Amino acid sequence: MNKLADYALHLADNALILGQRNAEWCGHGPILEEDLALANHSLDLIGQARLLYQWVAQLRGDGSTEDSLAYFRDQQAFLNFTLLELPHCTALAPSARAERDYAVTIVRNFFFSSYMLLVWDVLQNHEQPQLSAIAAKSLKEVRYHWQHAADWLIRFGDGTSESHDRAQAALDFLMPYTQEFWCDWPAAKHVLPDTATLNNKWTLMVGDVIKEAQLHLPDASGYVTQGVHGIHSEHMSYLLADMQSLARQHPGAQW
Amino acid sequence: MVIDNLVSAVSLPMGPLELPLCDTDEAGIWQLLESVCDPEIPVLSLREIGVLRAVKAAAGGWQLWITPTYNGCPAMSQMNTDLLSAMQQAGKQAEVFTCLAPAWSSDWITDTAKEKLRVYGIAPPHSNAVPNATSPIRLAGKMTRVQVACPQCESLDTTEISQFGSTACKAMYKCLACAEPFDYFKPY
Repeated sequence: MNKLADYALHLADNALILGQRNAEWCGHGPILEEDLALANHSLDLIGQARLLYQWVAQLRGDGSTEDSLAYFRDQQAFLNFTLLELPHCTALAPSARAERDYAVTIVRNFFFSSYMLLVWDVLQNHEQPQLSAIAAKSLKEVRYHWQHAADWLIRFGDGTSESHDRAQAALDFLMPYTQEFWCDWPAAKHVLPDTATLNNKWTLMVGDVIKEAQLHLPDASGYVTQGVHGIHSEHMSYLLADMQSLARQHPGAQW
Repeated sequence: MVIDNLVSAVSLPMGPLELPLCDTDEAGIWQLLESVCDPEIPVLSLREIGVLRAVKAAAGGWQLWITPTYNGCPAMSQMNTDLLSAMQQAGKQAEVFTCLAPAWSSDWITDTAKEKLRVYGIAPPHSNAVPNATSPIRLAGKMTRVQVACPQCESLDTTEISQFGSTACKAMYKCLACAEPFDYFKPY
């Protein structure tokens, strides 16, 4: 498959997997407004994923559809960043709160929306008109996602000692996963040639908010995850089972 | 909703569109479709909200060009169906085409429509002066965010409850003067 289609699939998988993960808050939000916010956020991401999958299906021209791409691929075929499939808890969270930690949700949204602001901004000028059209629309949406995440991160960091510590724990836990944003895999290199500049801009942009939040941005080091190569964490197959089982049990079912 | 044409071969207009009042066939279709409203905001026609972008005569009937608001807006397929059924009821053949570029903006909502929104109880969107700037929102600082006037009592003493509301395009606000909660149509 060509590199452009691979990259479009990666963008689609990112949007779908984070959209699915954040939709877990639907009906379980810490407060009603956040329940609605995360559901809206997921709706935007799943809308972006649909446009991208439809385009990938066109590029492939092999009979794929948005549904076959979302529901009938296995985890090795998904090219999303590993960061986006992780559950809403830190690895070291005490078991009592291990189920879902909103600080993890917010820090992940903050890291990823900061990245996508920069990526969509570059891609809205891409020579491929489908890609630039999707980017121009998605950029408008990710600005709201970013604002939401940045506001909450400041509230947590500059809030109580409990909220501060949990926000810092989430930053410490998730920061190493952001290294995958900057890895030069062939499809990304084809579309985003200058990841080093993006990395610098991202670090400045993220650093400003983290400073205002009175938190500390840890160094990104250690193992670089390989979701973009289809090598995922142990959490991915559970997420896919949850998302895909209905479509697989009732193939061809329509609303 | 399947997007038929992500990018159209025809170039679509930008900005608000006024209702053509002349006596041509094309203007007649615009006038006919003025009865098709946004399913979530029934006081605005699809033209007024900026979704219906072009009406063109073609060999097999009329082509109606629409553009989605938010990427995930679930009302899009309903809009598609409503347009076709209005055309069908008037005995006209039509096909709906969806196109992403130029990207829809809340700046395309006409001034008359903004006033209708306010009367309906939804604070209309502020102008989206920097539509594609990377990070204009928060870096401006929370204190300098736009003031949204209460659609009920017009007070500017309002506060944002949540950036995300009952639909993708709205935020939730509360008026501190008259204590009424209300929706704000977000700039996009």
